[in-house]
Amino acid sequence: MARVVTRQHKVIATIAAWLVAFLIFFPILYTIITSLKTEPEAIAGFSLIPSGTFENYITVQTRNDYIRPFMNSVILAVGSTILALIIAIPAAWAMAFSPTKRTKDVLMWMLSTKMMPAVAVLVPIYLMFRDFGLLDTHIGLTVMLTLINLPIVVWMLYTYFREIPGEILEAARMDGAGLWQEIVYVLTPMAVPGIASTLLLNIILAWNESFWTIRLTTTTAAPLTAFIASFSSPQGLFWAKLSAASTMAIAPILILGWFSQKQLVRGLTFGAVK
Amino acid sequence: MTLKTILLGACSALVLSGPVLAETLTIATVNNGDMIRMQGLTEDFTAKNPDIQIEWVTLEENVLRERVTTDIATGGGQYDILTIGNYEVPIWAKQGWLAELNALGDGYDVDDLLPAIRGGLSVDGKLYAAPFYGESAMIMYRTDLFEKAGLKMPESPTWEFIADAARKITDRNADINGICLRGKAGWGENMAFVTALNNSFGGRWFDENWQPQFDQPEWKEALQFYVDLMKDAGPAGASSNGFNENLTLFQQGKCGMWMDATVAASFVSNPKDSTVADKVGYALFPSKEGVDNHGHWLWSWNLAIPASSKNAEAAQKFIAWATSKEYTELVASKEGWANVPPGTRTSLYENEEYKKAAPFAEPTLAAMQAADITKPSVKPVPYTGGQFVAIPEFQAIGTNVGQLFSAVVAGQSSVDDALAQAQSATVREMTRAGYIK
Amino acid sequence: MATQNTRALARFMMAPSVILLLVWMIVPLSMTLWFSFQNYNLLNPGNVSFAGLFNYQYFYSDPAFFQSIWNTLVIVGGVLLITVIGGIGIALLLDQPIFGQGIVRILVISPFFVMPPVAALVWKNMIMHPSYGVFADISRLFGFRPVDWFAQYPLLSIVIIVAWQWLPFATLILLTALQSLDSEQKEAAEMDGASAFSRFIYLTLPHLARAITVVILIQTIFLLGVYAEILVTTNGGPGYASTNLAFLIYRTALLGYDVGGASAGGIIAVILANIVAIFLMRAVGKNLDR
Repeated sequence: MARVVTRQHKVIATIAAWLVAFLIFFPILYTIITSLKTEPEAIAGFSLIPSGTFENYITVQTRNDYIRPFMNSVILAVGSTILALIIAIPAAWAMAFSPTKRTKDVLMWMLSTKMMPAVAVLVPIYLMFRDFGLLDTHIGLTVMLTLINLPIVVWMLYTYFREIPGEILEAARMDGAGLWQEIVYVLTPMAVPGIASTLLLNIILAWNESFWTIRLTTTTAAPLTAFIASFSSPQGLFWAKLSAASTMAIAPILILGWFSQKQLVRGLTFGAVK
Repeated sequence: MTLKTILLGACSALVLSGPVLAETLTIATVNNGDMIRMQGLTEDFTAKNPDIQIEWVTLEENVLRERVTTDIATGGGQYDILTIGNYEVPIWAKQGWLAELNALGDGYDVDDLLPAIRGGLSVDGKLYAAPFYGESAMIMYRTDLFEKAGLKMPESPTWEFIADAARKITDRNADINGICLRGKAGWGENMAFVTALNNSFGGRWFDENWQPQFDQPEWKEALQFYVDLMKDAGPAGASSNGFNENLTLFQQGKCGMWMDATVAASFVSNPKDSTVADKVGYALFPSKEGVDNHGHWLWSWNLAIPASSKNAEAAQKFIAWATSKEYTELVASKEGWANVPPGTRTSLYENEEYKKAAPFAEPTLAAMQAADITKPSVKPVPYTGGQFVAIPEFQAIGTNVGQLFSAVVAGQSSVDDALAQAQSATVREMTRAGYIK
Repeated sequence: MATQNTRALARFMMAPSVILLLVWMIVPLSMTLWFSFQNYNLLNPGNVSFAGLFNYQYFYSDPAFFQSIWNTLVIVGGVLLITVIGGIGIALLLDQPIFGQGIVRILVISPFFVMPPVAALVWKNMIMHPSYGVFADISRLFGFRPVDWFAQYPLLSIVIIVAWQWLPFATLILLTALQSLDSEQKEAAEMDGASAFSRFIYLTLPHLARAITVVILIQTIFLLGVYAEILVTTNGGPGYASTNLAFLIYRTALLGYDVGGASAGGIIAVILANIVAIFLMRAVGKNLDR
């Protein structure tokens, strides 16, 4: 009897969950479908069955080479993430294992640096970048993205490190482990999942940053956000081409997200679970 | 062994390609059809100039404008060639931001450029940008729908006739709107049309003392006319329609009439994209009964070189190529005469092949010749510019006012409120900028 | 001795982050502050002069100023409301045993990977477009006149788009929190005959308090600066109906090229953001201390 109820329950929950998931995913799905339609088809009314043409992708590729912006996105996202991790890990570590009264204030302050509207500082930053010769360079933009995301990275790592029980550290110390050994052999293995999910989240944030990546680049360092900016509202019919360009811009990070979903989910708690 | 060969080959290739010092030109351009075509034809230029490489930065118009403006105003030096409008050229040239174009080559034939266009790109007789394509505004209408309604488009129609015809043609059940006009907010979107409309109603933006004129009867009449017409005969969602949206609507056969840039003619008459290609007629931009003014719309997209560019010489070579008669012929040979960039050279309009392929050639030329940006209104004005006011502040003011007017078309504000708000907002900006003491 | 050592070490380890962020805060902030007292228009760079407080007064007296603050709050509040309530709902659903849980979860979190301009473009052109959008197709199917979303409900449209982007984030955090709820506790409550509703109110919701706080805190910081979605879709209009503070600054900076005015706007925005932050910390911050 009980089993029947559970089964019924599961079926209903499954249907509801799939429905919700479908609705949420629909705009992305429809974009992918539209990218496989011809232009007249794309505006001919609702249809989930495209004629399956790859013409749009070819058109987009011949107009704007995809490879370079894609590589730039990878370089910027990965580079800024690694840089942020190198800077943030020691800080989060210190905050988690020798917290002071002000630790939380420091965290909040770090977060508050994100409150300055980017547009308001565009001209000052542009002038600085010009003077240091950083315009349209990978290094300039990498540093920029690192700074933007550093607060989030510190916070995420901090909440993760904090959950590592202090007793383990003490036990290691009793065994005569030095600080270095403590870090390498005891803490790092325990922290890897947290670091991994922080890394993932930060790659996503850096990949999707679309103010500075457009304003501070021209060609050499321009990533996919700039690529997509050349496809919004050109003349004539553009729905299918826009869909193809959009799909190309989001596909890499979407696929990465799908494959690393478990990792990402595990770490994305921001200390919410205690 | 094969690996060795490949490696050796690769090395020698590197060595060989080393000594050729190629200059790289970074060109910023808009993602409009004609520019994308130019991008596609780059090879023709690089084949003739093997020592020059081209890097394209293609962006959507608004993003491009803010990128390019920030860069040139701060001296960022990111670009060698800019695609800018005839709005920016004189303003920037006066700031000393643009390099004079004085080495376009012997075959360039500067005197062939349409006088109205050339005048807008020159300061003190020096040319600061070369026109890539130019446009005025005219009426594009559906001959079949006019016939069906028993109407005949006069050569120089009045707004009264247009309003009447638009309401007659409108057939909501068949999804046919009598008239499609821009409603999307922006100084280059709805304000381009509304400013031209206001010109043709006898109004002006500013009086001789730079006092905004939104409190004058001409503006009220023009705006009321526009809003009523859009309500009765315009498409749904008109307040978000710009040039591109209206183009799509017209191509899909959903508009009876469309008053917009003359470049649209080659798109609506192109059977590849347009379902109504063989049913399009053209006429002069309307005027109000008793007012001798057809809006004075004049726009060109131009190529210019920032004063800071280190590759100015190569850049002039490219500009000369892209705006030459030979480029026009190149496009004609690949895409047909109807698709060449229009509105820059007199010779094009004397070309029989072009006239045959492009039924819109004559009305376009007529519209462009009628446009006089030095005298946009029948009343005296302190500014130049047809569908815009050629002062640096206009981008902000025009967009602000455009938002207010867009809200009226969306039915969220009234004509009187919008005009009052436009007046006070414009007075505020003009006072700040020092025009009004 | 040892503790002192540790403290010094801790400070040393924190130094790079703190110094970098300090520089990153102070340099732009002081430059912005400096420019906010200057008459500096990018299009007229030869004409720079001291402006005193004029830029502040000018920005404050912008006809869109008060509406933009209100719109900012509506966007933040609206998105938070949708994402928190929707997030709890979806998290509860995903916490049930269902077939294909992994795939469902992948689909639900996908919007988070979409860059804001793309999200806005997709919603504008594929979904909400009054002629070619899916919503318009649906209304026509039922014989209604399609809604012109961005003209009739501009702010709501923005909220929907932004909420769609942030819903996965909220769902994920809430789901993780939900899964950490002791199943013994749940079972015990069930045994006691507590209804599903009262179990949710007295057991689940308090357990989620901390997660909700985190969602609110982090999202608020991002949502205060929403502007790409507005730029792509409504451009702040019609009128000022969808102009928020970030967009007003954008308009001042990149349409008027008024660097002084935009800087003053930036300073005002920072002050307002801090007020919101203090208010938030008062209201929900104590949940973080547990």
